[in-house]
Amino acid sequence: MKGAHMSSTNSFTTTDPVPGPRRGPDPTAFLDVRDLRIHFPTDDGLVKAVDGISFTLERGRTLGIVGESGSGKSVTSLGILGLHQREHARVGGEVWLDGEELISASPERVRQLRGQRMAMIFQDPLTAMHPYFTVGAQIVEAYRVHHRVSKAVARKRAVDLLGRVGIPQPAKRVDDYPHQFSGGMRQRAMIAMALVNNPDLLIADEPTTALDVTVQAQILDLIRDLQEEFGSAVLMITHDLGVVAELADDILVMYGGRCVEEGSAQTLFRRPEHPYAWGLLGSMPRVDRENRDRLIPIKGTPPSLINLPSGCAFHPRCPYQGRDGIPCRTEVPSLAQGSDHGVACHIAPAERRRIFAEDIAPAL
Amino acid sequence: MSTTTSTERAAARPATDDLLQVTGLEKHFPITRGAFIRRTVGAVRAVDGIDFTVRSGETLGLVGESGCGKSTTGRLISRLLEPTGGKVVFEGRDISHLSNREMRPLRREVQMIFQDPYSSLNPRHTVGTIVGAPFRVQDIPTSQGVKRAVQDLLKLVGLNPEHYNRYPHEFSGGQRQRIGIARALALRPKLIVADEPVSALDVSIQAQVVNLLGDLQRELNLTYVFIAHDLSVVKHISDRVAVMYLGKIVEVAPRDALYATPMHPYTLALLSAVPVPDPDRRDRAQRERILLTGDVPSPIDPPSGCRFRTRCWKARELCEREVPPLRELATGHVVACHFPVEEAERTPGGRAAAQQAAASVPPATTTPV
Amino acid sequence: MAPAGGRPMDVINYILRRVLTSVVLMIIISMVTFGVFFMVPKLAGTNPAELYVGKQATPADVAATARKLGLDQPVTVQYARFVKGLVAGRDFDDGPNKTHCDAPCFGYSFRNDRPVWPLLLDRLPVTISLAIGAAIIWLIGGVLAGVISALRRGGALDRTVMVLALAGVSLPIYFTGLLAQLVFVHTLHWLPGGEYVNFADDPAGWAGKLFLGWVTLALLYAATYARLTRAQMLETVGEDYIRTARAKGLRERTVIAKHVMRSVLTPIVTIFGLDIGSLLGGAILTESVFGLPGIGRLSIDAVNTKDLPVVLGVTLFGALFIVLANFIVDLLYAVIDPRVRLG
Repeated sequence: MKGAHMSSTNSFTTTDPVPGPRRGPDPTAFLDVRDLRIHFPTDDGLVKAVDGISFTLERGRTLGIVGESGSGKSVTSLGILGLHQREHARVGGEVWLDGEELISASPERVRQLRGQRMAMIFQDPLTAMHPYFTVGAQIVEAYRVHHRVSKAVARKRAVDLLGRVGIPQPAKRVDDYPHQFSGGMRQRAMIAMALVNNPDLLIADEPTTALDVTVQAQILDLIRDLQEEFGSAVLMITHDLGVVAELADDILVMYGGRCVEEGSAQTLFRRPEHPYAWGLLGSMPRVDRENRDRLIPIKGTPPSLINLPSGCAFHPRCPYQGRDGIPCRTEVPSLAQGSDHGVACHIAPAERRRIFAEDIAPAL
Repeated sequence: MSTTTSTERAAARPATDDLLQVTGLEKHFPITRGAFIRRTVGAVRAVDGIDFTVRSGETLGLVGESGCGKSTTGRLISRLLEPTGGKVVFEGRDISHLSNREMRPLRREVQMIFQDPYSSLNPRHTVGTIVGAPFRVQDIPTSQGVKRAVQDLLKLVGLNPEHYNRYPHEFSGGQRQRIGIARALALRPKLIVADEPVSALDVSIQAQVVNLLGDLQRELNLTYVFIAHDLSVVKHISDRVAVMYLGKIVEVAPRDALYATPMHPYTLALLSAVPVPDPDRRDRAQRERILLTGDVPSPIDPPSGCRFRTRCWKARELCEREVPPLRELATGHVVACHFPVEEAERTPGGRAAAQQAAASVPPATTTPV
Repeated sequence: MAPAGGRPMDVINYILRRVLTSVVLMIIISMVTFGVFFMVPKLAGTNPAELYVGKQATPADVAATARKLGLDQPVTVQYARFVKGLVAGRDFDDGPNKTHCDAPCFGYSFRNDRPVWPLLLDRLPVTISLAIGAAIIWLIGGVLAGVISALRRGGALDRTVMVLALAGVSLPIYFTGLLAQLVFVHTLHWLPGGEYVNFADDPAGWAGKLFLGWVTLALLYAATYARLTRAQMLETVGEDYIRTARAKGLRERTVIAKHVMRSVLTPIVTIFGLDIGSLLGGAILTESVFGLPGIGRLSIDAVNTKDLPVVLGVTLFGALFIVLANFIVDLLYAVIDPRVRLG
């Protein structure tokens, strides 16, 4: 039942990413991901694409997962939907959706939930829709997998939703093929398809990355409106800090398959504490501020997941690594638990705040 | 208010500080049908009559959304494409229709950097071969041999000169873009046309390359035409910015003027659409955001008069009838609009009114080309 | 699926364009072919009329025949007569006899003393029986093998199928065909030998006689289809829209049977059409090996006896089938892929 577990106002709590004491078997959050691990055995070695991610998300809230390529953010979202094939991926940990655990559930059960209670919007709406079927047929199919209704009823529902997501003349466009839609309209159709079953959880994986900025604004606006109307929980996967700042209530920053920092959007942008988060902010040119003379990039390149650096995966690129004898090279920092702010860094919290206030913030 | 067009101004100004002058530039790609008898049934008017100048030592940002013709413009001014109409004048010389052979000495002066560092480097060649190719092709004598010259270039763009014998696949995306930059710099060009040079890169790497481009400009006195869709990057790197929409330039202005006081309604909408990486300003940004309805019309059959009028909340009958000329409305700030944005429209109240008006423009639906 | 969102005028336009293309193509092919056959005797240093009257004839006879048959005319005139014959029929008068050849007249075989067209028609049922029978076997077998192989990628079954496919492609028909005939007809006597019989006369005998031909020919093609299907499937399952189909909560078999197969079948249909088209022009090797009196055999015999009009007729006839197959494939393509239809 909708809203059955809407008990927590603090929608975003932190958990330890390394295996340890679990919380009780009855999670209170609507989506509760605990110590999710997704590893791919390959010829070159074990790729630990996701290596212990935990977070919670309530209905009506938006969590942004931010990271660069290879950080594991997309793998995480596919893992929640159960879309990794068991012969290729080793998936561990727990994913609780409204009190039901999905990792240990039968594939058939996860399939029933997929598309119905949890749906996904993908990055490139052109390649994400089947070129040989009409937009309407694809939405009708998504509805009829989970509802025993006639084609006519499903078609009416498809037309309704296309209109709802802002497609003009939906009764006519429902019979168009994806290639007859513009990029923005395709993404709207994709959203209509995801929403056709009123999902409680909507996962959006880089939903605007392939779109132009004015279209991006339209789509973000649409997602925001629809979330208000349907009350879904939204998991927004993106590399774009601007997009998360626009949409997310809470943010989780991933690096090398692990979470390095998490907290509310305000916290992450106003007082970030992880050197990687500082680097991301320093790297980003801004339209809303006076021009800086130079950007402050992060040195080096993102790590290879096959051969992740020891200890803190960020240490080879971190200007503060090893200072005062902290064990950056040898020990994986755990995600220190704060009430609303988790940081996986060996630098002492007070020192992190001092560095940010004195060295980082003035230069941003 | 001055009503001189930029073309007139460009003609009147002494050519000394203008490295590149573009007047009435057009590129129409014909659409053909038929298997045996090919006939032209129309044309994609990718670039349809644009004027601008690039001054020596500056960075001109060229922004616009997909299909606006910015990349085609880049290829026209570096003469990878031949214009259908208009003129490209480089250092006082009309290069619009030079043959490949005639262009060869000029290729040293104008170089391009491309978006995709993966596909623009030959995977079978070593970095040394790739970066050294311009010397060999152009037969340029190097004082201490090609290898030394290449290693100097690698050092210049921040790569390890000892990696001379490595292949592109051994480098990361950011490093490959550095290789592309080194290749472009080999012949000490005056003008570099960079087409989306950082948009395929991760944020942290993007910043490295942007800084590198800035440093190189200062060190080597380069002139850039920087083509990008990312308005934040363009703001950071440009001295002046030109905004394109559907094959036309709608506004050109010094960077700060453009971002602070956009005068073309399209520029206003475009800038307001950029997501602001500041959750505290989220609500304000949304209140002031002008969401355009519908899609960009087809460049095969663009609207009459002003091309933006089908989505513009300020459009009137005149806009349908007459193509607005580029007029200089403030120093160096030229705008092609019959009813430019006024000061009152930039206030929060004015923005809100514009937002409502823009949202009520009926979307003209078009099928993409 | 929902009806196509196509505008009827676009569809008609598309079909008309394809018809026109096919007709023009056929005309060009006929010109080139005719030109080649006009040139061949000249290059070989023989007078084409010699081929008609035989080597023993006196030069005067040869010249007379050449004149009567119009073989002394320029190529353009001869071609015009040929085309006229195709459309309206024509008379052949080689002196002693005068023969009428009804439209469509593909020429007259003096070796057989018959117009070429009925000769072709006589042989066509055999070739069609062979081609269609084999096509059904290889289409079902090949696609099925490819699908199973792709679904069990890397497994024992996959490897077995791919090894067999490689063998199928590499082994020549005259090897597999003769071997099969030796084993099943002459040693085991499971299948009848002897002459080809019509389906109407003796359906069992007809099938028995064709069976080895079907299987041998199908083996060759099935191998190609299995490999193509497998490659297409492996490519398609990696597409974003297949991930979308799974994300919708579709059952895996729906994902495969509907979403994946729809994309996989597109290239299969294309090559299937072309393969059938070229087979209808005669499966020369198979027909020879199994003694099937089809068009392929006809062309071999005609080449051996230097029966130029028949060779020309068979060539054009084969080309016609290929062009026709191309046309049908284009139409099918438009049915399958809306992007083609609605450009």
